[in-house]
Amino acid sequence: MSQVAFLGALELGLIYGLVALGVFLSFRVLSFPDLTVDGSFPLGAAVVASAIVAGVDPYLGTLMAMAAGALAGLVTAVLNVRFGILHLLASILTMIALFSVNLRIMGRPNIALLTEESVLTPLAPLGIWAPLLKVLVAGVVALVAALLLIRFLASDYGLAMRATGANPRVAQAQGVRTGAAILVGMAVSNALVALAGALFAQMAGFADISLGTGTIVVGLAAVIVGETILPARRLGLVVLACLLGSILYRLAVALALNSDLLGLTASDLNLVTALLVGLALILPSARNPLKALLVRRAG
Amino acid sequence: MVRPIGVTDTKEACMSRLFTMGLPVALALGLGAASAAAAADVTVAVTAIVEHPALDAAREGVRDELAAQGYRVGDNLDFQFESAQGNPATAAQIAQKFVGEAPDVIVPISTPSAQAVAAATKDIPIVFTAVTDPLGAKLVSSLEHPGGNITGMTDLSPIGAHLDLVKEITPDVANLGVIYNPGEANSVTLLDLLRQEAPARGIAIVEAAAPRSSDVQAAAQSLVGKVDAIYVPTDNTVVTALEAIVGVGIDNQLPVYAGDTDSVPRGAIAALGFNYYDVGIQTGKIVARVLAGEAPGSIPVQGVETTELYVNPGAAERMGVSLPEAVIARAKTVVE
Repeated sequence: MSQVAFLGALELGLIYGLVALGVFLSFRVLSFPDLTVDGSFPLGAAVVASAIVAGVDPYLGTLMAMAAGALAGLVTAVLNVRFGILHLLASILTMIALFSVNLRIMGRPNIALLTEESVLTPLAPLGIWAPLLKVLVAGVVALVAALLLIRFLASDYGLAMRATGANPRVAQAQGVRTGAAILVGMAVSNALVALAGALFAQMAGFADISLGTGTIVVGLAAVIVGETILPARRLGLVVLACLLGSILYRLAVALALNSDLLGLTASDLNLVTALLVGLALILPSARNPLKALLVRRAG
Repeated sequence: MVRPIGVTDTKEACMSRLFTMGLPVALALGLGAASAAAAADVTVAVTAIVEHPALDAAREGVRDELAAQGYRVGDNLDFQFESAQGNPATAAQIAQKFVGEAPDVIVPISTPSAQAVAAATKDIPIVFTAVTDPLGAKLVSSLEHPGGNITGMTDLSPIGAHLDLVKEITPDVANLGVIYNPGEANSVTLLDLLRQEAPARGIAIVEAAAPRSSDVQAAAQSLVGKVDAIYVPTDNTVVTALEAIVGVGIDNQLPVYAGDTDSVPRGAIAALGFNYYDVGIQTGKIVARVLAGEAPGSIPVQGVETTELYVNPGAAERMGVSLPEAVIARAKTVVE
């Protein structure tokens, strides 16, 4: 793996780390399986790309993207809380609708940002090597988001939200307005995912309608890999494990891209990635890693 | 979660036939040229957004043309290939991997792959291919003088010629239905072109959107009564479900035209197309020029040079149209 490939994996891992944080909030904290993210990731990209092309400041555009993502999360939450639609179905409805909404926002399926301004433009005079700069920016954003999320979840309101996900009945009995907690949590979750989409569009140089494909899978994989690699009960570590899981997932892809030495071809990429992530999940929990691979555990 | 993958440049290639013809020719040419070039070892890194017959054919074309120019895999050419398997984030990662390895030329196939590579390097020469709209994709600022480290090939369909063909076979067509996936950049570009070119030929365009292959039949049925013929552009989603359109065409006596020649044996009455193996060959020529030392930025972006006409008289008859003798005589292939 070359240095550029390694930094690229870090950059994408940190960007998708924001997706992992969002998925962690909906899936783990609120126990709300949320497929909206497959739509809110390209939504963030679509909003920021359209805004930048229209001459809006990239930082303002990124904030607009987050607001749009929050709105998408709210729609899913309202469908669930207010109208009683099953959470999974509510999120699928929003996700399907977002495909058309994203096309409307962009006006076409692909917007190029290669020659446009981005959040990186004001930092260019620092003279940092571009691949490194992208990692630094993505890293700062992901870390700040993670720290804010930790603080939020440790606050009184955050505790109420965690109670909502853990046991809604008890939470209600304690006076928590669970409906409102779900609305807020889903808005924050999808705002984080849209932020990831907005950063991806600016760093990769384009927004495309197909960007969202499989976002939920990558997000979930990151959350679960993080939990397995860094099993912790402390809130702060649990949240940071999401970022770690996301980076490990991207490193697995980068490794899979270099697997041609083993006689594997380009078409095996997704299989190799799945195997590497699978190994990451199996090995740490096994007392004797080699044995765990070879022998079926009894009982 | 199943979505149409955003392959922007999509056409079923009629590669198999040309393969059998083109490969020996390429090898024969290669024997003559081998001594001329073939000095230093070179690395060419190719990436595509997804495995797809058309994109794969383009890659084969590049490799065979390079062989013809004296750059042989396993001899003096390291020919790398990675597919993003439909995921744009992976496309970005592949671009970074290639840039880190600093090959002599990177050849991205399809728009998302080309954008990912262009964002990753401003130094390593890039020769993109199967990109429909290089200007819209911001890959180059000018087709004649791309500038910088990038040039390549567009696979834009000759839309004007397609409309002329429709007019020649069915002169009284006033409303032409177009079925397309609004999520494919390529199709949207083609639709814009159709809207520009059609009025001059006395044709009004009526569009029907089909975001998924399963929507295609309903889209075709929505056109019945509103149009005199149906045109199927080179749209991955729509071409997959061509049979559904042909069925509607036969039931309602609406001639179905296609943008790609592979659709003609499947039931479209005529198509003026090109195949992606030839696109790859033409791209390979540009790659060879860059390998020989020419600056990519000074090589103009090229369009497809070879087109071929396919007709299907049987399908035409079933849709209530008889093909003019002149058209059949001109056709490269007449499907029986």
